[in-house]
Amino acid sequence: MKSTEILNSLQVSLTIKRLCHQLIENHHNFSKSVLIGLQPNGIFLANRLKSNLEISIQDEVQTGSLDITFFRDDFRRKEKPLIPSVTNIDFSIENKKVILVDDVFFTGRTVRSALDAIMTFGRPLSVEFLTLIERRFVQNIPIKADYIGKSIDTIKEEKVSVLWKETNGKDQILLYSPT
Amino acid sequence: MKELSTSHLLGIKDLTKNDIQIIFSTADSFKEVINRPIKKVPTLRDVTIANLFFENSTRTKLSFELAQKRLSADIINFSASSSSLNKGETLVDTANNILSMKVDMLIMRHPHSGAASFLANKTKTVIINAGDGTHEHPTQALLDTFSIREKLGSIKEKKVVLIGDIKHSRVALSNIFALQKLGAEVMVCGPTTLIPKYMSELGVKISHNIEKALKWCDVANMLRIQLERQQIQYFPSLREYTHQFQLNKTLLDKVDKPITILHPGPINRGVEITSEIADSEHSIILNQVENGVAVRMAIIYLLAGSINRV
Repeated sequence: MKSTEILNSLQVSLTIKRLCHQLIENHHNFSKSVLIGLQPNGIFLANRLKSNLEISIQDEVQTGSLDITFFRDDFRRKEKPLIPSVTNIDFSIENKKVILVDDVFFTGRTVRSALDAIMTFGRPLSVEFLTLIERRFVQNIPIKADYIGKSIDTIKEEKVSVLWKETNGKDQILLYSPT
Repeated sequence: MKELSTSHLLGIKDLTKNDIQIIFSTADSFKEVINRPIKKVPTLRDVTIANLFFENSTRTKLSFELAQKRLSADIINFSASSSSLNKGETLVDTANNILSMKVDMLIMRHPHSGAASFLANKTKTVIINAGDGTHEHPTQALLDTFSIREKLGSIKEKKVVLIGDIKHSRVALSNIFALQKLGAEVMVCGPTTLIPKYMSELGVKISHNIEKALKWCDVANMLRIQLERQQIQYFPSLREYTHQFQLNKTLLDKVDKPITILHPGPINRGVEITSEIADSEHSIILNQVENGVAVRMAIIYLLAGSINRV
């Protein structure tokens, strides 16, 4: 597999800042809005958005993490069992504007599962979806993102890998293509 | 490794330490799920499970049933008293007939030791042992150790004493295996007649003095006297047993340190444990029941992952 860089560290940081401004335009002071990062990789982005937003609005942004394993549609269709991650939503989402956050938007199946999963915590006022990377034209399900960091054209065999400073030492987004 | 090493749950003896840790971390997730406003997940919506109870049960049966419903599985229940077993059908025939109705998994409690592994050899399905005679009760041991881990942070190097009728208790044997695999020190305590000879071969300490046992331990798991399994008299009277082996406040005051108290239920209040202690802050008896649902959800979920992949 050969890799090409989609976004470097500076570009990731600029993109996140832009996404934050877009969020503030729609959610103002976030008093009625919450961020929910999708496990496992969406939580890094959600936390990064949270810290950027809190600097801008000078207030706390409620942020949680949601594991969607038990709502997936591919149980018993994989070689290995699906092992869950931690869900941590220590606030009510009833009547809140929920923003689901994930790093890569690919088939749309994760978001579909997340929509089911989030509803088990109550009835939000609205649900939006934010992604750092949208892979265009490959969705299996009619779901669209409301906030997009960058759209890229890929084929199914390619793989997008998002590296975070917290786990890999630097922020970088790579596209792996079959050689 | 994030996969169980077994496709059935017949006993703790067959599980590895890694298996138990996978079950615990999955149960952590399910514990969070069953505390949500909507406690149900759709994971097993295409799985059918039969609960075969050839012996009476309240807690285990309800706990399994609730676990299955929370996972959205379809369930059918079977109890021996109202079945064709009375008409002479064998266990294997009963199981195969149920499996013909496209059932994916069997949960079985049976009065005979070894019944679950016998059925696992004779049928092609996933079997979970919900207690077989005086052999093993793996889900109980997993929920007991899960509850200790939750209360004390870990099991490793903890000292756990099982007090009471060790001889007739499947809970005791499963607990010994589970605790040892997780690195705990185990002691059994009870009248000489109710502690089988082979106990010393399992590497557990043996005591016949409850006060000494309590001074040694961090956790005490109180077992019920299983009068229904005792064909002969093992001690002179229940009053004498109570006098020597009851967990009560006087005894705990003498020990003078916090001891976490478990009981697999049903409790005989005033016999093996007093009400005062059963309802005290150190008792995690009701936490055990809550955790039972989460642990059973985890086991069913993990084992269901391997059945007839679509």
